[in-house]
Amino acid sequence: MNWKQAFTSSIGKKLVMALTGVFLILFLIVHCYVNALVFLEWFGPLGRGYKAYEGAAHFLGSNPLTRIAEIGLLAGIILHIVQGLMLFFDNKTKRPVDYNVHPGNKSSKWYSRSMGLLGTLILLFLVLHLYHFWVPNRYQQLVTGHEKDLYLLMELTFKDLWVVIVYILGCISLAYHLLHGFWSAFQTLGLSTKKYTGLLRCVGTVYSIVIPLIFIAMPLSFYLGLLPDAETARAATQTLAH
Amino acid sequence: MEHYNMNLTLKVWRQQNAQSQGQFETYQVKDISSEMSFLEMFDVLNEQLISEGKEPITFDHDCREGICGACSMFIDGQPHGPWSETTTCQLHMRQYKNGDTIVVEPWRAKAFPVIKDLMVDRSAFDRIIQAGGYISVNTGNAQDANCLPIAKDKADESFAAAACIGCGACVAACKNASAMLFLSAKVAHLALLPQGEPERRSRVMNMVEQHDKEGFGACTNTMACEAECPKAISILNIRRLNAEYIGAVSSGRD
Repeated sequence: MNWKQAFTSSIGKKLVMALTGVFLILFLIVHCYVNALVFLEWFGPLGRGYKAYEGAAHFLGSNPLTRIAEIGLLAGIILHIVQGLMLFFDNKTKRPVDYNVHPGNKSSKWYSRSMGLLGTLILLFLVLHLYHFWVPNRYQQLVTGHEKDLYLLMELTFKDLWVVIVYILGCISLAYHLLHGFWSAFQTLGLSTKKYTGLLRCVGTVYSIVIPLIFIAMPLSFYLGLLPDAETARAATQTLAH
Repeated sequence: MEHYNMNLTLKVWRQQNAQSQGQFETYQVKDISSEMSFLEMFDVLNEQLISEGKEPITFDHDCREGICGACSMFIDGQPHGPWSETTTCQLHMRQYKNGDTIVVEPWRAKAFPVIKDLMVDRSAFDRIIQAGGYISVNTGNAQDANCLPIAKDKADESFAAAACIGCGACVAACKNASAMLFLSAKVAHLALLPQGEPERRSRVMNMVEQHDKEGFGACTNTMACEAECPKAISILNIRRLNAEYIGAVSSGRD
């Protein structure tokens, strides 16, 4: 048994999905934490959220270690997408003649059967998301050596109602994808034992609801004007004590 | 429960052989007793077809007491019909009312080709067992009882996995036609016991390889298999299978 065989069997392919999935779950915690710093605007003097968020974003954006980790993240996402699509199409061939009557939701949850569809929706959202933030920021960094004011970029991006709606739909897709994917990854990794399966289900459900909700709160807050605009917040940071 | 008779409409998949195109045929059956099993109702239908000079419907059945795993009908979208932890032979007609329409299909999977009508070829399961679902022991006198101490919880868990009758409902229920629940039950019940220890690593690798070779899909953990299994085999066995697989891969032993 060599490593290639080990990761190309039906279980091996699932291991690739589970390992990259757990990696992406961990990434989402960091992503969510850093972006949620904007909400410090609600808990302190004006400019506190702006300063904390810009500081953390700049630290991550200019740090060579996190830039290398970014390559790993990209590889993880691509592996998860490619293996996921391959499994989706491969599994489809395993029942050449379909049933006339389908079981529907009698024996399984709709979202557990729709991971391919939910994943594709997340991928479409991801392309738009990278186009909105990652691409322009990295481009400017490359050309001028300075990152964009990401708080301002968020504020401007989330002025459009359709963008806000697409982001909310993307986060809902993510929530359902995680609702199955979180526990499923641990099951595939052989860790969802009788003793831990309840705990994993519980943590997975909380994670799948809380993280997407925090993400949804960002476009919604900017659109509804619940956060100060970048100019005011930036000006206020000048008067904040270090 | 009060006994009653009913008339039913059946839509049954008819297929001459593996090569031919099949289609649904509609049949009417009259005066079916609520005390009959689903297969007895099919016996009545077949008698009717024979008396009309038509070919009876081919379907698998053997013990008719829910322990052999031969019967295999996909009834109204569910393997073995609507009752949980029940094989088709133990599904009884009191489930249905007069005038009901029931759709009966064969198991659908690339690895389970239709032989005729509702009968499918499940020999893929035999080949998975042959690939590793056994233990090697020297023959001779029977060992003393209790010379191999096995913890009660391990014995129970092993026994629960060994309850798998290999009917294929897990494959029929799975959206990927994966046989992971069957495979995991066969791996787990031996992996839990000291008798299974010598071939532990090679067993899981060979059986997974055979599973894939037969054309079964990969597991999405939807848990439809567990919900439809007539023996309530738990997906905890799939968890154990995955752990055994990882253990075998990382141990480097073949």
